[in-house]
Amino acid sequence: MSMNRQGRPTDTGTGETASAPTFTGHRGLDHEESLIFERGRLDKTGVDLPEPKAVATRLGNVARQGEIGLPGLAEPEAVRHYVRLSRMNYAIDSGLYPLGSCTMKHNPRLNERMARLPGFGDIHPLQPQSTVAGAIALIELLGGYLMELTGMPAIAMSPKAGAHGELCGMLAIKAAHDAAGDSLRRIVLVPESAHGTNPATAAFMGYSVKTIPAKTNGTVAASDVKAALGPDVAAIMLTNPNTCGLFEPEIVEIARAVHDAGAYFYCDGANFNAIVGKVRPGDLGIDAMHINLHKTFSTPHGGGGPGAGPVVLSERLAKYAPLPFIHREDGKARLIETIGEAETLGADPFGRLTAFHGQMGMFVRALAYMLSHGSDGMRQASEDAVLSANYMRAGLRDVMTQPFGDQPCMHEVLFDDQFLKDTGVTTLDFAKAMIDEGYHPMTMYFPLVVHGAMLIEPTESESRESLDIFIDTLRDLTRAAKAGETERFTSAPRFTPRRRLDETKAAREPKLRWMPPPEKQAAE
Amino acid sequence: MALERFTKDHEYVRVDGDVATIGITTHAQEQLGDIVFVELPEIGRKVAAGEAVAVVESVKAASDVFAPLDGEVVEVNTELSESPALVNEDAEGKAWFFKMKLADVKAAEALLDRAAYDAFVAENG
Repeated sequence: MSMNRQGRPTDTGTGETASAPTFTGHRGLDHEESLIFERGRLDKTGVDLPEPKAVATRLGNVARQGEIGLPGLAEPEAVRHYVRLSRMNYAIDSGLYPLGSCTMKHNPRLNERMARLPGFGDIHPLQPQSTVAGAIALIELLGGYLMELTGMPAIAMSPKAGAHGELCGMLAIKAAHDAAGDSLRRIVLVPESAHGTNPATAAFMGYSVKTIPAKTNGTVAASDVKAALGPDVAAIMLTNPNTCGLFEPEIVEIARAVHDAGAYFYCDGANFNAIVGKVRPGDLGIDAMHINLHKTFSTPHGGGGPGAGPVVLSERLAKYAPLPFIHREDGKARLIETIGEAETLGADPFGRLTAFHGQMGMFVRALAYMLSHGSDGMRQASEDAVLSANYMRAGLRDVMTQPFGDQPCMHEVLFDDQFLKDTGVTTLDFAKAMIDEGYHPMTMYFPLVVHGAMLIEPTESESRESLDIFIDTLRDLTRAAKAGETERFTSAPRFTPRRRLDETKAAREPKLRWMPPPEKQAAE
Repeated sequence: MALERFTKDHEYVRVDGDVATIGITTHAQEQLGDIVFVELPEIGRKVAAGEAVAVVESVKAASDVFAPLDGEVVEVNTELSESPALVNEDAEGKAWFFKMKLADVKAAEALLDRAAYDAFVAENG
């Protein structure tokens, strides 16, 4: 058993769980909100419609036997329910969201306005192509810009998120090996600082994962990759900049070694926000990379909207890109939807990843971001993101500890829990105390190679004033931890609608759906 | 008494005749934290030493459990599927993972004995 003892622990803390000392249970403006199934009544409805005339059912024995069981609420009740729930949420629109490797940047409202234009917002994926020429032109233009920014000759637009993009890139790599009659390659190399989705993607496809250790400075050594390469290696999956917030300096040598061994280079583009307009990944020798539009190109994510993970491909992988793809002929762009049609164009798609062409709403938003920023603006966004992270590093390096020494970072800065040693406060407690201060915690216990990791990515969206307040908050927390104010941490969060949850119980005895309470069932 | 051996992957192996009982050590369950899920191999599966055959998932992360020796899985502890917490309570007792019929009983002797395993843990934490 390869033991993973660095993962995120759980701890129910020392806080009491008493409810608010009010008659209603509400805390002022923060309402104690029950589930909609508990609020609504089956015998009530929010709309007043005439009883439908009795019609003969043609459903036979599949006709519904009982009630559907949906709660009935009047419109104001339903609206209040969801508004109250939304007040318990934390979002990039409510505060600094320093979740490392997630690039929680501001989602410009201009993007939203463009996505709601009727010509983009009201179209349907099953419309005839001749009626959506504008949408197809937009996908082509966005894809073209992404290829230019990455220095890559081909793109698959349909993957719906980062991990889906990884699957797309790896399927293209597998298709290329298969086409070359080289199907015995069953190992994928993954550095230990990789995103967890990388080994998961490789394993999902049936590959064995071979881990490459990190050097003491947090980066991957080309010599370690060379030692692991062989005729059975299909690909390497490397994140650059890596999850320690560091640029991989030996990446070109690694790419060369991977190609010399007949393998392909998949680059995880999750951290592309650090290098847009500065480095073209294609120049580094990669074969495939996904681009998280929802990170780098400012489209909403988390609870705010779906992701989009287009994948750029090298010349050698281009022909295996999945259906559908855009083909331009005689000045007209169209979607190629079938294998037969693709083959007449010399392509050899590995198949189809999604029913349609990808996340159209996200394409519109990402293109709006690109056009409103321009190439100089996007480059500056990357520079500002890196500057923000280094400003944070400079503001905290004397009170927090860095696992690989004090060296310039890229778009995110990584601390470990060495500074909490002997304080009785863990990274988990520290993160919970940040919630009391009104912040979403940073990414914690990741990357796994660093003990008690805290990974902070402020992005370019924060002003200097915002960064200063955040730094001052963390400085005060480190002071409190070192001064023995342990209770402030172990009892945190104190001011939230719920205190710490029993995650072990939730995992061992999950309640996956609401059930009516037994007495109510008996009464019915 | 049955032969008791350990691996550097923090598994114990108890050999009785040509059947070995395999589980994770008390030290391993402490390091992993609260166990919330255990995935067991299929009975009849032929496995080679070093092959991942089971999965143990804690609140921290999921880890593979490897076959310590060559052989065939002959029995699994289905109780773990129902109550994975048993691993935290009695790792080296009731919470064994699976039993396998060994291809080569003698090979077990080459694994670590308890003194060697304890020394390995003391050294590597």
